[in-house]
Amino acid sequence: MDILIAFVFMLAVALLAGVLLLVFSRLFAVEKNPMEKAVRECLPGINCGACGYKGCDDYAAALAEGGVKPNLCVPGTQKVADEISDILGIEKVQVQDVVAFVACNGHCEATSVLAEYEGVQTCRAASMLYGGPNSCRYGCLGFGDCAAACPSNAICMADGIARIDTTRCLGCGLCRDTCPKQIITMLPQEAAAAVICSNRQSGALARKACKNACIGCKKCEKACPGGAITVKDNLAVIDYTKCTYCGLCVTVCPTGCLKKVYFPDLPEDCDIKTLIE
Amino acid sequence: MEQFKLLVVILLSAVFVDNYVLCRFLGICPFLGVSKKLDQAAGMGVAVSLVMLLATAVTWPIQRFVLDALNMGYLQNIVFILIIATLVQILEMLLKKLSPALYKGLGVYLPLITTNCAVLGVTINNILDGYSFVESMVSTLGCGLGFLLAMVLFSGLRSRIHESKIPAPFRGLAVTLIAASFVSLAFMGFAGIVENIFG
Repeated sequence: MDILIAFVFMLAVALLAGVLLLVFSRLFAVEKNPMEKAVRECLPGINCGACGYKGCDDYAAALAEGGVKPNLCVPGTQKVADEISDILGIEKVQVQDVVAFVACNGHCEATSVLAEYEGVQTCRAASMLYGGPNSCRYGCLGFGDCAAACPSNAICMADGIARIDTTRCLGCGLCRDTCPKQIITMLPQEAAAAVICSNRQSGALARKACKNACIGCKKCEKACPGGAITVKDNLAVIDYTKCTYCGLCVTVCPTGCLKKVYFPDLPEDCDIKTLIE
Repeated sequence: MEQFKLLVVILLSAVFVDNYVLCRFLGICPFLGVSKKLDQAAGMGVAVSLVMLLATAVTWPIQRFVLDALNMGYLQNIVFILIIATLVQILEMLLKKLSPALYKGLGVYLPLITTNCAVLGVTINNILDGYSFVESMVSTLGCGLGFLLAMVLFSGLRSRIHESKIPAPFRGLAVTLIAASFVSLAFMGFAGIVENIFG
């Protein structure tokens, strides 16, 4: 009998709470801007945060309020940006296609392990313990925090480092914000070459830490005809606004840390070295 | 006069001696999570105090006139949780409609209070201590103020920590926890003071 009373009582309380909530949600409903609703329907709804807002709802609200660019949704590509511009009646803006890029090539053969790490198996935890077990203090730790954060399964961990499937990458930048070593950058999809190293130690030390490290020799800086490459803190940095897609930097790099990403004038899979020679 | 003195003792001991965060260790999650910036910490403190007061005002009569009358004191926890969750949701809707600025300011913290153990703790402890309705409300106000005080104090401390050089292994959560333990130790010093001043 007691259990029946308790059951009925709880049911009554729950029902009352439900009804109260319903009444209040009707009474105090905040009517949404119809524009916001239409914009929200255009957005992909994956709440990745690439636009810099908390989610698709937040971005839609900001768009409806005005003064915000319609091209911030990278996963939505040009199609979504155009639809939003049509709804809001504002000028169309080009979407900058970006893909995530892991600036580290310190795979198991190139780097060594300083200590056996048996703690919590995440990059974040490992990097808190004296910067992680790897010989290179700047490189990928390989526990896959970025892969766990990726909403589109574009990242896989292979040979101790993260590798990104650019065809799947949405360009949301969640992995960039997750990486405790901050080695993931968002590259323009048409970037010609990329420096696949983050080590800022001087040449000898960098080489000792990893066979594939950038040693800051400045060969690429001298070779680049457009002056797009500068070596800063022992690491080559490419300015993509000046890059002319010539590919010279890749050929002169002695350690192979400058990687060919995309060259519009050259056929796919062609060895640039032989072509220039 | 005697009654007034009792209320002052209840209020002050709730703020200092039995501080919910620093002495009873309830509501640690927002204490560590939202104490990075002063304005956010203060906002969270005010929101929690509001919800505490509202929750006590509703749960005390329910305990006294419904649960006790029906001899179902054992349902206390689950009923209180349900009531607090509903109250927070309703408060959120009210704020959204009536004061969008405050709603925006509190942001994600308001729904977080739904599952805050400090709120549940206050309502249950008021019943356990056998307080009357007025005493419960005063004690709740004290708990809310105590929470606010702890949040504001700790956010100040954290901004100092943020600017100082910390050895690498202690950076982040480790040093925050150590700092929290020191603040808690400092509050232990209040033990017995309030009763002796007024007693």
